Amino acid sequence: MFKLLPDSPSERITVHVDGQAVSVPPGFTAAAAMLLHGTGSTRTTPVTGEPRAPYCMMGVCFECLLQIDGEPNQQGCLVTVAEGMRIERQLGKRKVDE
Amino acid sequence: MADFDAIVIGGGLVGTAVAYGIARLGKRPVLLDEGDIAHRASRGNFGLVWVQSKGFGVPEYQRWTRRSSDTWTEFSQELLEETGIGTGHERPGGVTICLSEEELDKRRRLMEQLHIEAGETNFDYEILTHAELKKMLPAIGPDVVGASYTRYDGHANPLYTMRALHAALLKHGGTYVPNARVESIQAAPNHFVINAGGRSFAAPRLVLGAGLGNKALGEMVGLNVPVRPVRGQIIVTERLQPVLPMPTLMMRQTVEGTIMIGESREESGFDDTTSPEIIHTLAQRAVKSFPFLRNVRIVRTWGALRVMAPDGLPIYEQSSEFPGAFVCTCHSGVTLAASHARYYAQYVMDGALPAELARFSTKRFDVQAAA
Ligand SMILES: Cc1cc2nc3c(=O)[nH]c(=O)nc-3n(C[C@H](O)[C@H](O)[C@H](O)COP(=O)(O)OP(=O)(O)OC[C@H]3O[C@@H](n4cnc5c(N)ncnc54)[C@H](O)[C@@H]3O)c2cc1C
Ligand code: FES
Repeated sequence: MFKLLPDSPSERITVHVDGQAVSVPPGFTAAAAMLLHGTGSTRTTPVTGEPRAPYCMMGVCFECLLQIDGEPNQQGCLVTVAEGMRIERQLGKRKVDE
Repeated sequence: MADFDAIVIGGGLVGTAVAYGIARLGKRPVLLDEGDIAHRASRGNFGLVWVQSKGFGVPEYQRWTRRSSDTWTEFSQELLEETGIGTGHERPGGVTICLSEEELDKRRRLMEQLHIEAGETNFDYEILTHAELKKMLPAIGPDVVGASYTRYDGHANPLYTMRALHAALLKHGGTYVPNARVESIQAAPNHFVINAGGRSFAAPRLVLGAGLGNKALGEMVGLNVPVRPVRGQIIVTERLQPVLPMPTLMMRQTVEGTIMIGESREESGFDDTTSPEIIHTLAQRAVKSFPFLRNVRIVRTWGALRVMAPDGLPIYEQSSEFPGAFVCTCHSGVTLAASHARYYAQYVMDGALPAELARFSTKRFDVQAAA
């Protein structure tokens, strides 16, 4: 659904989107990486389990919650990708270790 | 001029509960409410329906609180049936967590006092050791020494409660008028006329349910209502899978999964902002009680203003100068919502408050004149 702009830099780094190694330009956000390589919905809501995806891409709507390097409920649009980063969908409520 | 059976001023939890209660009796209330700039405790509170710290030395308050808490389940069920809106009310019992032997000793003495003062109402409670509490709340940390428990405590979502009350008010034929700040009242015994929001309203009954606004409104109808703001700050976390099966005095998990951590008590005038020192103290105590919170994200914090009488008790009174005018105000508007809707509304329409509420009269503020 999403494509890179024609004038985006040619440099690439590797991140893992739901376990798949993919390449994205450095400076991308985790949410953008998900949109480019994910399969539509990037999270399910904690209350009703509805599928959702990033919306505002600027930190206000919290629709982009992702699990990043094992940390749940991160706002993916505010996190810049890094080499080897593991980005996963956030499914429902996070679990806590008691 | 529009004629009603009662004018209720203030569209927060208190005013709306009373207005809904009046409409539920088949009468026609109008609820006049200020705009969005108002101080509104009902939108910033913690949501406990709490019994176990109410009424030390004032058994009347303990009983009135208990009565509301006993009514809440049915009250919530009725709102759901009438409006389709769930209040999120649950009554799994609640605990006050103690982090030192001194805290637990003090708690034990207070609970014993409540038990004695309850008399025939019977106030059951338990003082739990760390091990006993751990069975109920497995997430507690090693610093928790023990807790007091009663089965009367519970919690609800105050915003859904407000929505349900508003919807139920309208459903029963009540009228809600927003952006109608009341600046003056034309009062005569059992006859009140108010111009607000560009309209005119008249009724034989008037209820002041305007929170901190009651002080100024009271003066207009001969009622002394010395309420002042007392700030509380609250921390809200991301949504988690269920970890807290019951509320504690300073922490509760909502049905949606959020954990709320509260709440401070500060004299800050009308300043309802937050301060890092207080938030820090709250967070520290929360993490000591439940160490898993260390890794949990805070999504927001806020401050809100309680509506507090000098002695912390509710104020219920009918004006002797202008009979028909009542004040209804308290610092636990969630807890008492059921009583306000079911009982206070009835007393207002009956035109008299029962002896049961005499302890909450404004007479307690009258200073004896020196001879
Ligand atoms: C931080 C915090 C935590 C709390 N936690 C709990 C809790 O856990 N459990 C509990 O039971 N209670 C709790 N409370 C208390 C509870 O929130 C209040 O008792 C309750 O909300 C008071 O409701 P109210 O309707 O009297 O006042 P408000 O919510 O302040 O509403 C007053 C309304 O009156 C209107 N108004 C004022 N003046 C006028 C005027 N002149 N004309 C027209 N309208 C006017 C305002 O617009 C407002 O809508 C807490 C409060 C705070 C601040
Ligand atoms: S997409 Fe809105 S906060 Fe990230």
